[in-house]
Amino acid sequence: MKHLIDILDLSKEEIDELISVAEDIIENPAKYSEKCRGKKLATLFYEPSTRTRLSFESAMYELGGNVIGFSEAGSSSAAKGESVADTARTVECFADIIAMRHPKEGAPLVAAQSVSIPVINAGDGSHNHPTQTLTDLLTIKREKGRLDHLTIGCCGDLKFGRTVHSLISAMSRYDNVEFVLISPEELMIPEHLRTDVLIKNNIPFTETTSLEEAMPKLDILYMTRVQRERFFNEADYVRLKDSYILTPDKLSNAKKDLSILHPLPRVNEISVEIDSDPRACYFKQVLCGKYIRMALILNLLGVN
Amino acid sequence: MIIGSIVNGVVIDHIPAGRGMELYRYLNLEELQCEVALIKNAFSEKHGKKDILKVNEVIDLNFDILGYIAPQITVNIIKDGVRVQKIHPQLPNTITGVIKCKNPRCIVSTEQGLKHVFKLTDRENRIYRCIYCDTKAEPQSFL
Repeated sequence: MKHLIDILDLSKEEIDELISVAEDIIENPAKYSEKCRGKKLATLFYEPSTRTRLSFESAMYELGGNVIGFSEAGSSSAAKGESVADTARTVECFADIIAMRHPKEGAPLVAAQSVSIPVINAGDGSHNHPTQTLTDLLTIKREKGRLDHLTIGCCGDLKFGRTVHSLISAMSRYDNVEFVLISPEELMIPEHLRTDVLIKNNIPFTETTSLEEAMPKLDILYMTRVQRERFFNEADYVRLKDSYILTPDKLSNAKKDLSILHPLPRVNEISVEIDSDPRACYFKQVLCGKYIRMALILNLLGVN
Repeated sequence: MIIGSIVNGVVIDHIPAGRGMELYRYLNLEELQCEVALIKNAFSEKHGKKDILKVNEVIDLNFDILGYIAPQITVNIIKDGVRVQKIHPQLPNTITGVIKCKNPRCIVSTEQGLKHVFKLTDRENRIYRCIYCDTKAEPQSFL
């Protein structure tokens, strides 16, 4: 059974195929409107989410399928102490495919090990968020027309920011991609990403604390939020939350064709004045998320 | 010091000096009813000192544990006083129920009955990571 737990579960060719299907869905939505008739997606969200859950749900509805599930752990049997494996086995009796978000790292893998229907990781703690990465890749492809020969700046919380982790893993497989990692020292990328992905694969990267210095060379600026829910210590969160705020003056030395991405939600790390800048792509990115999830659901359900 | 020869059993040789007791524990040798000898600081031509474990019974060994803790050891299987097999444990690709994942955010910290499983991600540097959260195994982080 095919699952999507980690973006590296997909080969580069499989990602390219998903992007190609997503682009076809964008061009010909009617062609896909009945593809999942009679199929059910279960969205098991143990953590709050707006974009990811609604994106999965609208993706399934636009494929003609149905959706069941819960949007917080409190309204499921998890509140009574049910294990992830048992919940997944129960849901398997009702649904054809599962999308799971969970605060614990590895929970969707536990679900995948327990059932015989496809499981999609919709975010597991600060670990992985592969469908956000597919969203980011589709957005970059549509904005730049390519996924190679790019300099990508990742800015903000690179330690707990799972979207950044998955993006780095995925983009590392394309030719001539360089990363500029911009963060406070306390929120630098985890050691395993640095050694196992960047260094091991000879991917050029620099780490800096200065967004201004990094800006001129960037083709993509991937902003992230410092997430309160990832900190055990409130004092650390308060100290670091305003580390990087993107304002129009910080874009003064940026490339004219820079693309600014953000997985959203933003708090204050991108000034609202940036929203009208043609380089701001983060709301287009949300829409791309629906299309790439449609392509993924079709693929995992084996629907042509 | 004289320790009698084994007739039917297992001799785990070339254990790094000082780690014999660790192996004794992780192989659960204290549960055996047969004679078991732990020889500490025996003479080693190669390393100066080594530990040796002798078990006077042929037992099933967890070679994943042996390979993970001390891949340089040798396991000799003795039958009728003769060595019939000499095994060099390999570094296992996955190791289950031996190393503890210390990441409090990992699902193994809360999911009932879920075993701690680590995979070998870097053979050269002997690095293992939790299959659930990718946290690196720390030395001595045994269950």
